[in-house]
Amino acid sequence: MITVDKVSKWFGDFQVLDKCSTRVAKGEVVVICGPSGSGKSTLIKCINGLEPFQQGAITVNGISVGAEGTNLPKLRASIGMVFQNFELFPHMTVLDNICLAQTKVLNRNRAEAGERAMQLLNRVGLADQAPKHPAQLSGGQQQRVAIARALAMDPIAMLFDEPTSALDPEMINEVLDVMVKLALEGMTMMVVTHEMGFARKVADRVVFMDGGRIEEDAKTDEFFGAPRGERAQMFLSKILTH
Amino acid sequence: MFGAFDYQVVIRNLHILWDGMQITFLLTGVAIVGGILFGTVLALMRLSRFMVLSFVAGRYVDAFRSTPLILVIFWFYFAVPIVVGQPIGDLYSVLIAFTLFEAAYYCEIIRAGIQSIRMPQIHAGLALGLTRWQTTKNIVLPQAFRNMVPVLLTQAIVLFQDTSLVYVVGLKDFLTAADLVAARDNRVVELYLFTAIVYFLLCWLGSLLVKRLQRQYAI
Ligand SMILES: Nc1ncnc2c1ncn2[C@@H]1O[C@H](COP(=O)(O)OP(=O)(O)OP(=O)(O)O)[C@@H](O)[C@H]1O
Ligand SMILES: [Mg+2]
Repeated sequence: MITVDKVSKWFGDFQVLDKCSTRVAKGEVVVICGPSGSGKSTLIKCINGLEPFQQGAITVNGISVGAEGTNLPKLRASIGMVFQNFELFPHMTVLDNICLAQTKVLNRNRAEAGERAMQLLNRVGLADQAPKHPAQLSGGQQQRVAIARALAMDPIAMLFDEPTSALDPEMINEVLDVMVKLALEGMTMMVVTHEMGFARKVADRVVFMDGGRIEEDAKTDEFFGAPRGERAQMFLSKILTH
Repeated sequence: MFGAFDYQVVIRNLHILWDGMQITFLLTGVAIVGGILFGTVLALMRLSRFMVLSFVAGRYVDAFRSTPLILVIFWFYFAVPIVVGQPIGDLYSVLIAFTLFEAAYYCEIIRAGIQSIRMPQIHAGLALGLTRWQTTKNIVLPQAFRNMVPVLLTQAIVLFQDTSLVYVVGLKDFLTAADLVAARDNRVVELYLFTAIVYFLLCWLGSLLVKRLQRQYAI
């Protein structure tokens, strides 16, 4: 479904990604972890073309992301993305947040879009919040709306960039529960997170990044059983004792 | 001298003053609407990835911002008929001058407003499959304008005061009308006092509105 092949990227002189390669099969859940600044967000933004990269290739469902004639809006519409700080549109109601791209990109009419939105709000347990504005919701609720907004496009894969790291501890689980359910339903997912409980429960593989390189890419039980690299071991011991 | 203070002169000539005030309102209204519309286009050009567009818009803004308004009014009064090839009347030349001049100022306000929208908001729009233009139109501009409402209104108050400069081309706005009555009836004190009070009241009400909106939009 997603292949990343020797991707390198520079911000000016600074190399953020160094020949990163990995792949995510249909229905697979891959967790990406690593220290701050290691390039996790950048890698995930390369996958839906929000960040350009200079070398290597990324394909999603056979379509090359970096290629010249690729219809990026169309490609992005098929990949859901969830951000660290939710990024709901503050000037719109929850319902309009979920309907906007459905009507503008998928050309659904207002009634269809609204119906799909309510379906998804029900699924994340927030149907009663539809007429509110994002600022009236808690962080956990906002993130669940953001997930519903992404799912409304009927994506073939979902990207998550630290979806719970901006949340108060008591709200983390309500978001993780939604993600676990999604994973169990067979959604293809790439998740940047330090929630190792989540990784253990649903991830098929864990990728460890450091200094712009993918240092470790292993099946989940192998990764937690015995990460090969020293840096990964150190990183794990640090976040697991938290 | 004060014993001869004749406030009746204002009442007797209220219709003339009102005619002038209508011109003042028309000028202010057209320059606000036209200036914001054209200013938005200029701001989008300035922020465009295409160097030519941002260069052209940048020079436009520089040119108007480094020229006194009174000169712009003057030049358009003489230049526009030459360009168009026929007289267009003082009202139209002034409307054009004000709109183009204000657009340069609104451009800078709107540009700052657009730049105040954080990158992740734009990414959120693009990630949903919206095009760049759809993201700008549905996500960036609405939020930018909400943030800008107080500054835009403040600029409108300045503009309202600046419209009095049209006396240089003899257009009968509120102040010019008052000036004419004052000269004709020899009642300078009364009329200038009245115009001062009217300008003050309108601007004061405007700034109260700005303060209210600022409180409302402050998060
Ligand atoms: N637009 C940019 N211009 C220049 N440098 C950038 C830019 N964005 C990110 N960087 C740098 O690239 C590196 C990787 O950033 P990235 O956000 O991908 O890291 P991360 O692994 O997601 O970290 P975190 O855990 O803090 O989110 C960092 O050193 C960052 O400072
Ligand atoms: Mg990050």
